[in-house]
Amino acid sequence: MKLPILTTLTAALLSTTALADEIWVTNEKDDTISVIDIETMEVVRTIETGERPRGITFSKDFSVVYICASDSDAVQVMDPETGKILHDLPSGEDPEQFVLHPDNRHLYIANEDDAITTVVDTETRTVVAQIDVGIEPEGMAVSPDGRIAITTSETTNMAHWIDTETQTLFANTLVDSRPRHAEFIKEGTELWVSAEIGGTISVFDVATQTEKAKIDFDIDNIHPDRVQPVGFEFTTGDSHAFVALGPSNHVAVVNAETYEVEEYILVGRRVWHLEFNRDRSLIFTTNGVSGDVTVVDVASRKAVKSIKVGRFPWGAAFRPTE
Amino acid sequence: MFKTRLTCAIASAVALCLAGTATAQVDVVIHYLKQVVDAPPTLSNLDPIPEDLGIRGAELGAQENNTTGKFLGQTYSLIVTEVFEGEDFAEAARAALGETDLLVLDAPTAQLLAAADLPEAKAALLFNAGAADVALRDEACSARVLHTLPSYAMKADALMQFFVTRRWDEIALIAGERPEDQAWAETLERSARKFGLKFGARKTWAFDADMRRNAAQEVPLFTQDLGDYDVLLVADAADDFARYISYNTWRPRPVAGSEGLRAVTWHRVVEQWGAAQLQSRFTKLADRPMLDRDYAAWAAVRAIGEAVTRTGAADAETLRSFMLSDAFELAGFKGSPLTFRTWNGQLRQPIPLVHERALVAQAPLEGFLHQRNELDTLGLDQPESGCTAFEN
Repeated sequence: MKLPILTTLTAALLSTTALADEIWVTNEKDDTISVIDIETMEVVRTIETGERPRGITFSKDFSVVYICASDSDAVQVMDPETGKILHDLPSGEDPEQFVLHPDNRHLYIANEDDAITTVVDTETRTVVAQIDVGIEPEGMAVSPDGRIAITTSETTNMAHWIDTETQTLFANTLVDSRPRHAEFIKEGTELWVSAEIGGTISVFDVATQTEKAKIDFDIDNIHPDRVQPVGFEFTTGDSHAFVALGPSNHVAVVNAETYEVEEYILVGRRVWHLEFNRDRSLIFTTNGVSGDVTVVDVASRKAVKSIKVGRFPWGAAFRPTE
Repeated sequence: MFKTRLTCAIASAVALCLAGTATAQVDVVIHYLKQVVDAPPTLSNLDPIPEDLGIRGAELGAQENNTTGKFLGQTYSLIVTEVFEGEDFAEAARAALGETDLLVLDAPTAQLLAAADLPEAKAALLFNAGAADVALRDEACSARVLHTLPSYAMKADALMQFFVTRRWDEIALIAGERPEDQAWAETLERSARKFGLKFGARKTWAFDADMRRNAAQEVPLFTQDLGDYDVLLVADAADDFARYISYNTWRPRPVAGSEGLRAVTWHRVVEQWGAAQLQSRFTKLADRPMLDRDYAAWAAVRAIGEAVTRTGAADAETLRSFMLSDAFELAGFKGSPLTFRTWNGQLRQPIPLVHERALVAQAPLEGFLHQRNELDTLGLDQPESGCTAFEN
């Protein structure tokens, strides 16, 4: 159990041909994607994208990758094998972040400059619906059963609850300042929303859309104003959340049962989003200011490596290769 | 008469199904009152002051409040009044207070004080979005006035923190003849002493020559007897002569203050911390970059919106108490939550240090610590402020 990294590295040295799983990282100010080989922990490919790539997600079968090219006002669809753009999807203006519906067909896209959530059918390549939400929509989530989509709006400070049958809002709940990211967990019974300036995560009971807990962060010797939760991801079984805390340069490990913070891990500067490897034994953090990715060992909760990528890495997505 | 117009009374007709939120209808009226000041003549006409300065910031704030409000059953109306020279600002304020007790004021110190002293203002909430005078945050403060524009002291301290960090320990200064220039110079000098910097030669710019023709000849001679220094500060509040100082000094030294490196409330080069989004919303609305007083007006209107959203109330007393409490914070696109100082009503905020092409640094700089909040290393801290109006 000890030294899992060393064993992986040895395995990588022994196998020269086998393809390893990858982490794809969007570089907001380089207009590229850095592809990290998880075994060697090195950037093996750099792929050009549209302008200001931010949100990134693979289709459920990993046959295509979707990229929010914010300043190109497009969601690009790329063949991950060749790195070629297959086509653009109509996305609305300034797409920042999105989520793929469990039907593997509909993308829910936050249009940051337009206070709109756009729903796009990726097969017919048409806009199915546009929903008025608050100012600067950003965080996007869909419940596992596909019935609820969430948009968080950064300046309106709300989570907007969308009925995906009718594509209309059925609830709007206030959260703390600058909500950034949302995730459903525990079979869709709980919704977590991070608030960057508020410095909190609000936990909602999905059935009633009411707040059931609020998570605070407190790091020794770092002013609370710098502790700004942004992206977060859950370990196997939703037992713990790894939360990127922005300019505090730390990732928090939160117990998802007790809502207590168990650990703070020092990573690169302005940590933004995170992504796991296949068995969720490693988590990769994008560090915007330092332009690198920190690899954290989930079991030991220690940073094990930092990997230089492009300028201002923003999003990250896992890609299996076999 | 004053020019008054209703710029955005938005009664949201959009029917929205609401759950889990308070839906009591709240209608908020904000009156933005601007004293139009004829700018003094300047040597260059390259950068005219926009006539809608400040107004556009208030409009954007009201738009944003309404977007949030439509999900909560809250509407915001913004009334804009411009008071021209020769007209009575206090009278206009009195008239405005007859309609609403939420005022945003963009006016020089004297007019601001006249409005704050009105008996009608005693139960109102006023925002100072136009006067940087330190006295307004000091002995001359009013319990009814909150300041969203940073004071000259905050800007001076931001510059000094930068000089300390860069070890530019010796400072020379050129100030204009106008009272505002001299006040700005005094504030810079006081701040330099506070941060332990050496304040050397100080000269007053008393030329009336047209510098577009002969700056190259005049400025080297004028700056020759300043002795040696690390950085030259220029105090020129009206933006009259400062632009001709850079590159023409006798010694090759950086220029700061009203030219070169400037401490600002807001500037188009601020793009971190989500600021790019605010910039693009503003540019779309106003067709020009967002400036200091636009930001201060925006922050005032947004602070009202934030307080109404969180309290569900619209009366001045509830909003004021909430804004001065620990529960209030405004996301101001400067990287830290913005809050009000409880001892003088000043909005705490980071101060960008910029030149025309980029953000150089943002104060408070690393290493300037404070037991309460690092933002309180800028401007009048509690023990320094002579303001007592907030004590009860």
